[in-house]
Amino acid sequence: MFYRENGQFKTSYQADQQIFPIMQDRWFIAALLLLAFVGVPFIASDYMFSAILIPFVIMAMAALGVNILVGYCGQISLGSGAFMAVGAYGAYNFFARIPGMPLIPTLILGGLCATVFGILFGLPSLRVRGLYLAVATLAAQFFADWMFLRIKWFTLDTPSGSVSVSNLQVFGMPIESDLSKYLFCLSLLCVVALLAKNLVRGAIGREWMAIRDMDVAAAVIGIRPMYAKLSAFAVSSFIIGMAGALWAFIYLGSWEPSAFSVDQSFRLLFMVIIGGMGSIMGGFLGAAFIVVLPIFLNQFLPVFAAWFGFVISTTVVSHAELMIFGALIVWFLIVEPHGLARLWAIGKQKMRVWPFPY
Amino acid sequence: MGFFLETLLGGLMAGMLYSLVALGFVLIFKASGVFNFAQGAMVLFAALAMARFSEWLNASGLGNLWLVNLIAFAMAAGVMFCVAWVIERLVLRQLVNQEGTTLLMATLGITYFLEGLGQSLFGSDIYKIDIGMPKEPVMAFESTFPGGILINQEDLIAALIAACLVALLSLFFQKTSTGRALRAVADDHQAAQSIGIPLNRIWVIVWCVAGVVALVAGMIWGSKLGVQFSLATVALRALPVVILGGLTSVPGAIIGGLIIGVGEKLSEVYLGPYVGGGIEIWFAYVLALLFLLVRPQGLFGEKIIDRV
Amino acid sequence: MSKQIGDVILNVQNISLSFGGVKALSDISFDVREHEIRAIIGPNGAGKSSMLNCINGVYTPQQGSITFRGQTFSHMDSHQVAVMGVARTFQNLALFKGMSVLDNIMTGRNLRMKSNLLLQAIRFGPAQREEFEHRRKVEEIIDFLEIQAYRKTPVGQLPYGLQKRVDLGRALALEPQVLLLDEPMAGMNVEEKQDMCRFILDVNDEFGTTVVLIEHDMGVVMDISDRVVVLDYGKKIGDGTPDEVRNNPEVISAYLGTGH
Repeated sequence: MFYRENGQFKTSYQADQQIFPIMQDRWFIAALLLLAFVGVPFIASDYMFSAILIPFVIMAMAALGVNILVGYCGQISLGSGAFMAVGAYGAYNFFARIPGMPLIPTLILGGLCATVFGILFGLPSLRVRGLYLAVATLAAQFFADWMFLRIKWFTLDTPSGSVSVSNLQVFGMPIESDLSKYLFCLSLLCVVALLAKNLVRGAIGREWMAIRDMDVAAAVIGIRPMYAKLSAFAVSSFIIGMAGALWAFIYLGSWEPSAFSVDQSFRLLFMVIIGGMGSIMGGFLGAAFIVVLPIFLNQFLPVFAAWFGFVISTTVVSHAELMIFGALIVWFLIVEPHGLARLWAIGKQKMRVWPFPY
Repeated sequence: MGFFLETLLGGLMAGMLYSLVALGFVLIFKASGVFNFAQGAMVLFAALAMARFSEWLNASGLGNLWLVNLIAFAMAAGVMFCVAWVIERLVLRQLVNQEGTTLLMATLGITYFLEGLGQSLFGSDIYKIDIGMPKEPVMAFESTFPGGILINQEDLIAALIAACLVALLSLFFQKTSTGRALRAVADDHQAAQSIGIPLNRIWVIVWCVAGVVALVAGMIWGSKLGVQFSLATVALRALPVVILGGLTSVPGAIIGGLIIGVGEKLSEVYLGPYVGGGIEIWFAYVLALLFLLVRPQGLFGEKIIDRV
Repeated sequence: MSKQIGDVILNVQNISLSFGGVKALSDISFDVREHEIRAIIGPNGAGKSSMLNCINGVYTPQQGSITFRGQTFSHMDSHQVAVMGVARTFQNLALFKGMSVLDNIMTGRNLRMKSNLLLQAIRFGPAQREEFEHRRKVEEIIDFLEIQAYRKTPVGQLPYGLQKRVDLGRALALEPQVLLLDEPMAGMNVEEKQDMCRFILDVNDEFGTTVVLIEHDMGVVMDISDRVVVLDYGKKIGDGTPDEVRNNPEVISAYLGTGH
């Protein structure tokens, strides 16, 4: 009843194929954007920004990229951390070596570096798929680990192996405070999400999904698997690379190669699985879940134990985190393999027919 | 020349250990089509169990090394059987008809769970496993090569144990009726079910066997390196082995492991200095990657034909 | 009503195909003339689908060649075949289960969509116009196949008969010169078969599309096809008009039985 689409007729293809064809959706998104851009800066504390909001925004972008490759095109990738690393170090090299390099082009160039890397390590997808492809992408991950650890050129020969950036500004405005960082990342996220959504509902998105669903049939109707798969790798790694550069520049400030280890790759994959594969919104939901969960557990578990009279140490919490993490992944895969996005869609359906059960 | 042989032998031994872990992968994949990413976590879990059990047994006064180890091994094996049963019941049974990628990701989840559980139950310090392996290296072939070749006795014995295990498993698969049933299930789940082979029981058996293999691997690795959290990452090192050897082949796992072990050591020693060192972390993977491009099914695996 | 059957458009010469030890096709040769409806019939396992797969480039025959509009190939590349104007439906559907009916048929238009990645990302402007232009075309096909009510439904949720129509729609979206149909009426009841026959005949009539049709229903085959090829155990045992084939003793003993 709340979500009734009755009466919302579309008389042109444009109206039918817009991103939010249902009016209630449009209101919801408008409210959400208002909250995100205007409301949050007023309500959120510094801690919320640095611990939750900024990581969420950047990870959401990365998850978006991973979803394009894994969810829409069906190519398993365990090397997302490597793409983030290449984006971060690529951007760093441009930033540090070219004096006066503006920030946004730096980020884009970082993304392009990741694109090249992604296409290169995406070549195996033309020969293999599934598990074998997962192993091939792990090769990218470990190779990148080694590259940024051992090849001193990438880190400008710093003795410690870690690099840092400072004095970031956009169009003359400095990006120092948590608020400015948040707004900058959020704006970039919105732009990237819009472009990604356009791609995904256009011809190339259909090609990706065709390859995912049945690549033999796709070839027969004239889709070139090579172009489709490599373009998925290219677009995906561009977005992930940019997110990596943002993560390094804005969230971390100074970093080492271990910031982009295989754990990060798994985290991103889990975001996509839990959030929902093949859905732009899924990336957002999954990122929110994975970013908030450890913090939630950190706060909540000691309290929970205290109810029973136990005092638990941080090591116990971190072990519990691993267990809960793993259990949740399995639970999601069993109960709702299409993730939170599907649960969201089911929720909307319930709202549509309320007060009837179906 | 002597140094080269030393490196070669060292690589072969290390390769044997990789093969042990890879064996677990191949077993489970052969019998259920599931790629068990959690094999490494199982190795860690098993090793932790055995380490702590032998510690407790020692502390409770049981003196004899062999007895302690035997009991600890049996207890740890029992634990692994429980783990296998629980995994089959709670996870595999619910995901029977799902596609490979879903199952793969489920095993990723199991990995995290086992890692957390293992450390919660058994602790997260570094533990020792002492199975009486001689720790001093010996010099061999002193007559042929000046100074002789350094052979690590521990590695040698480990390789022997691994070889015995492989022989046992091969016998099991080829000669027993359970082994035959496992091979049938690996070929075609539905066909095997239709002739009355109990799928769920088979899967529990397979995961138990893989658990024991993980235990042996954990025992050997743990004795060599000490049992610690990083043992879980050993699974990641063994993945290229199954790719190289072919996911469905036991001899492939062995030969693949040896190739990777030798390749890693040789490349580190001879190529490493030119490119900054530390190439061990990606050599195996890039080798597997290149292999994938040329021969996707691995050395001994079966080719997959798509029917439309 | 007579139609103009043209020259040979597709010529299959001495095709042999084997998988490991199994010989699927042995030395098959036949031709297809433009604008005709050519049926391929034969018992199960005769190699009919394999033959179509060779034409489409899904399988590579060990021997033989295929000539399309004067160009000879020993191996067909799937993409190239689609560009040349050959479209295909599948025995087991092969639809893209994750997408809606509309999207599935739109994928058939991908070959003709020219916007590059950047234009598509921006969408506003040329990419959007192109999208709507092709949407219009697809809507015509949807009208033709009478599946308007289902255009936004995920194909996995549709009943089998409708899925077969979507498969046909996707093939039609390529605006093909030759349409290869692999058992388009399998599993349908009488009404659905009549609908499908009507669609095939309309396509052949209105657009002049050459149709190569694998089918088991003898009534349909004898009714709508101009010429028939009969395969059995990978070998050709009959080739000619429906009447000629009906009276061929070899075909009768292998396939048709004495009822016909």
